[in-house]
Amino acid sequence: MANIGVYIELKGDLFKKSNREALGLAKKSGKDVYAVLFSNTPEKYTDELKGIKKIICVKGSDLTYNPALYADTLANIITQFDLTYFVGICSAQGKDLFPRVSAKIENASLLNDCVAVDIDNNRFTKPVYAGKLLSQFVIEEGFRMATLRPNIFQAEPVSGDVPEIVEFQPVSKEDKSRIVEVIKSASKKIDLTEAEIIVSGGRAMKAKENFNIIEDLAALLNAGVGASRAAVDAGFASHDMQVGQTGKVVNPKLYIACGISGAIQHFVGMKTSKIIVAINKDPEAPIFKKADYGIVGDLFKVVPLLTEELKSRM
Amino acid sequence: MNIYVCIKQVPDTEAVLQVKDGNRINEDNIKWIISPYDEYAIEEGLKLKEKQAGSTLTLITLGPARAESALRSGLAMGVENAIHIETPEIMDHKNVARALANAIKQDPNFGVVFTGKQAIDDDSYLTPIYLSEFLGVPVATNVISFSLEGDKVLVEREIDEAAKEKIEMQIPCVVAVTKGINTPRYASLMGIMKSKKIPIKKFTLAEVGITELKNRIKTEKLFSPPEKPQGKIIPGESETAVKELVTLLKEEARVL
Repeated sequence: MANIGVYIELKGDLFKKSNREALGLAKKSGKDVYAVLFSNTPEKYTDELKGIKKIICVKGSDLTYNPALYADTLANIITQFDLTYFVGICSAQGKDLFPRVSAKIENASLLNDCVAVDIDNNRFTKPVYAGKLLSQFVIEEGFRMATLRPNIFQAEPVSGDVPEIVEFQPVSKEDKSRIVEVIKSASKKIDLTEAEIIVSGGRAMKAKENFNIIEDLAALLNAGVGASRAAVDAGFASHDMQVGQTGKVVNPKLYIACGISGAIQHFVGMKTSKIIVAINKDPEAPIFKKADYGIVGDLFKVVPLLTEELKSRM
Repeated sequence: MNIYVCIKQVPDTEAVLQVKDGNRINEDNIKWIISPYDEYAIEEGLKLKEKQAGSTLTLITLGPARAESALRSGLAMGVENAIHIETPEIMDHKNVARALANAIKQDPNFGVVFTGKQAIDDDSYLTPIYLSEFLGVPVATNVISFSLEGDKVLVEREIDEAAKEKIEMQIPCVVAVTKGINTPRYASLMGIMKSKKIPIKKFTLAEVGITELKNRIKTEKLFSPPEKPQGKIIPGESETAVKELVTLLKEEARVL
């Protein structure tokens, strides 16, 4: 029996919800689970980490995400504690950090964005071609690493004893890059790749200002705001809102597509959403073939009506 | 400075893909393109070269014979050099990055290496970072703005919807760009004509130091995800349809 490590991603000092999914996978493996986190106050998270073997806690004067320091430290932890499996969330940070760690360990292999992991058989499944196909990989030997797509894996109930906390000193070699500044966006946008609900607008939005009806509905549902490539290319929405093969791949519980025809480019970016709702005035739009629920109608009428209806029934 | 841009040839985003032999795609009738994020990398390379007198710009790709057409498309945008590590082999990410790094390292004066943030075929997000490790240089991913400040590079990278980060890096370095950084230029007719005559430097795997290919990651199976059953169109006027939709979302789908 070998050990499995779980990288616990914190947002500020918040425990990200998707950590529970990575912990769930690790616990089900039957291996000894080691949670690794960078924090000076690990006691805050012990309720979430009950029942595992150990918490490896990296403490330091400045623990703001620094890729070089984080990667060197994690590579040391993985080899020192023999964490032959190492998993985490496929978030913006995960996608930046895990490859750096894998690069530093000669016989480590990594697959990002996994939607299924069979630990007993070393099989990893991830979407390829933006999800047009799924690919099952085998990592035949060495350290095996994976980042997990959010909202796919099951969290397990937390029970058992509070694990022992082992402190670890951060390591870093001379760094050839440095973070000059972090620019926080004024708007509190929700990260689309981790959002539970997304409301998206397409070319039929006609203008940037019209996105306010999408934003109103999204605000009510605490949802992220997305857009199709056509809407982004027309300048109605910023590129970081684009859902699709050349944008973000998302998988919320609920995806509401407003005025989006449903080109394959867009569809592959959101098709793993649990429930898809389409609002479009063209009854022939391909999106209706893919949606769970559709309303044929003018989005400028339907979307505000939907916002009002939800308000009255919440 | 010698600037490099790594590109990958991938199926067109509109391509309908079929599985062949269980673990690869059927390449018949596929239209091949440069991975879209790599086009932003080419554009950024061209812009840097235009600003830096005396610099060179070289495209580099790894792939079978057909990948040459991706290099030709890039050359037509105005690039003057191209390297093709030609191999029919399927290689895992570390081996690809190792081959690219070894080819680039043959030039002791390599400076900024641009890549796309991901290739849109395997969506792995691995090669730029592995490449930087094997080159022994820093890397920034998800880059949406790039500038040269003296002997350093200043980039802005997207962390997530809520934040961006400014990073200063020493040169040489790897810069993995994303959509939003620029608008790639179209190839001019003149560019297309000129590109046809540019010789492409060919390397074998052995010439980039890969004599024994050992892949730790193997694709076992490629398959279509399960299709969703056709959903329902809610009939009636907008007012009644919206009421019914909310009921269905709450009671049938249970997502609200």
